[in-house]
Amino acid sequence: MPTDPVATDARPTPRRSGGGLFRNLRRAVVIVYLGLLVIWPVSLVAVNAFAGGVGPVLAALQDPALIFAFQLTLVTAFWSVALNTVFGVGISLLLVRHRFPGRRILSALVDLPLSVSPVVVGLALLLVYGGTTGWFGPALQAAGFQVIYAPPGLVLATTFVCLPLVIREVTPVLIETGTDAEQAAASLGAGPWQIFTRITLPTIKWAVVYGVVLSFARALGEYGAVKVVSGGVAFRTQTATLLVEERYQQFGATHTTAYTAALLLTVIALVALIVVAALRPSQEKRS
Amino acid sequence: MSIEIRSVSKHFGDFTALSDIDLTIPTGDLTALLGPSGGGKSTLLRIIAGLESADTGTVAIEGVDATGVPARKRDVGFVFQHYAAFRHLTVAENVAFGLSIRKQPRKVIAERVEEMLELVHLQQFADRHPAQLSGGQRQRMALARALAIRPRVLLLDEPFGALDAKVRKELREWLRRLHDEVHVTTVFVTHDQEEALEVAHHLVLINQGRIEQVGTSDQLYDEPATSFVMSFLGPVTTFGNTLVRPHDLGIATAPTGRPGEVGGRVLRYNRVGFEVQIEVDLAGAAAPALVTLTRREAAEAGLAGAEQVWVHAVADAVRVPVPHAEPVPAVSAGSRELDPSGVR
Repeated sequence: MPTDPVATDARPTPRRSGGGLFRNLRRAVVIVYLGLLVIWPVSLVAVNAFAGGVGPVLAALQDPALIFAFQLTLVTAFWSVALNTVFGVGISLLLVRHRFPGRRILSALVDLPLSVSPVVVGLALLLVYGGTTGWFGPALQAAGFQVIYAPPGLVLATTFVCLPLVIREVTPVLIETGTDAEQAAASLGAGPWQIFTRITLPTIKWAVVYGVVLSFARALGEYGAVKVVSGGVAFRTQTATLLVEERYQQFGATHTTAYTAALLLTVIALVALIVVAALRPSQEKRS
Repeated sequence: MSIEIRSVSKHFGDFTALSDIDLTIPTGDLTALLGPSGGGKSTLLRIIAGLESADTGTVAIEGVDATGVPARKRDVGFVFQHYAAFRHLTVAENVAFGLSIRKQPRKVIAERVEEMLELVHLQQFADRHPAQLSGGQRQRMALARALAIRPRVLLLDEPFGALDAKVRKELREWLRRLHDEVHVTTVFVTHDQEEALEVAHHLVLINQGRIEQVGTSDQLYDEPATSFVMSFLGPVTTFGNTLVRPHDLGIATAPTGRPGEVGGRVLRYNRVGFEVQIEVDLAGAAAPALVTLTRREAAEAGLAGAEQVWVHAVADAVRVPVPHAEPVPAVSAGSRELDPSGVR
């Protein structure tokens, strides 16, 4: 028995009548949940950092160990993000645009860093690159290249942990846009590199930017994998997260440096996310 | 001869997209590759463009073997069903793309873009982005982009397939007129027989990876080589053991004594606008026959309300033997709705 087509096709999105109460309740639940989980704890970091006023925070910011730790963190994050951007875009293209045996396995492997504990990642790197007992480490050591307990190890660990972020941003965009535009460019005379730089890259630009920012934020905060391969030597391999942990363990809850460093980490990540979120909509209006 | 295809075959896994195709497409003409979806016509077009490679066989464009030549070196303009617009570029930049790849001087590019936009009536949209255009405008932009490089052949893959009926009709006419102006050898793929008959000089009917028939629209319509060609290009009905066009059947309320006349009972009398469709259960026929005539003819013959009628085929009727394998349904719609998402 056919019903009125207008009634079935143009059905409005279900909205519960008298939903005012439910909607407010739903909102309240979400706000409480986020508040307890995110907003309150993070704001307490700020509150604790400024517990003694602005003076101790400014002093902490001039602590050479903190300055070094942040420099090391930023350099590590830079290299791991750079590596993951180049290889992330490459792997995305490979996964989406090519069909080859083992493609699904590769696709699953890409997600591995998300599911495996970072500590395991660090341990695994130790087993391969460890200077004395590692599988490949002694050879590298002999060649004068130290990986573990040195900045290259930090970069390696951070890169591993951030690997999926660019790829998971870029692949859906590549799938959605399809190959028509790339083939059109080819028929108009463009070579593979021209197609990549003039068609593919502009198409995935914002996905890449978003992936980069997520990777950067993740790289700043990486702790577990870095902890294993770093050794945590101040002024050598101590990153910002390791500094926070060390200072907190050493001096307890009264010490400003731990909170200041934690706050700074949060602020950098937040600013990066906000900048991208602010830039992105203005671009999307066009396409 | 402009495009010569020799013994081209293509398989996708177990699926045979094209089997041993030989085809010559004449220079300067507008040729349609027509056939049901999944029949291989798009694959053939993409092989001509170099976007797909044939398993066996050769393709020559203007006498030069193009078989191993990559798409970008074939000088072929290609228009996609879904426009394939470069979304991050303006309309003018889209049209300029091929020329800027060819490192033409800025001034030459600007002039050519201007000329092309004028040709497709998009001058006032030069600085817009594709997202700000309608489907028809986007497809015109895609055409301008393909033509800007002065291709040796222009290939269009279901170019109007994504547009609504009205725009499609407009663009068909427009493509025909454009071709009269530009004279570039043009091949377009369609599953719409009406579109092919209306636009193309030459038709190539492709089904299940094989060419069924090649010829002008009159040849294919009036001298169909197979029952498939006949039933694909227009309405057909069975009369005796032949396929015939419903409008090539005569009908009367009394015997006229014409040879081959068969009596029958009216099953259905249906008026659709100016046309009258009568379904007749003929004596000794497996399936009922469909007769169409104009309203005036039906009125003059006094057919409204008639129960017993006599049907004959007119003298110059096109008739093709009914294939044995598959019984053809009594009513075969004029424009077939075929699954557009078929395998290429």
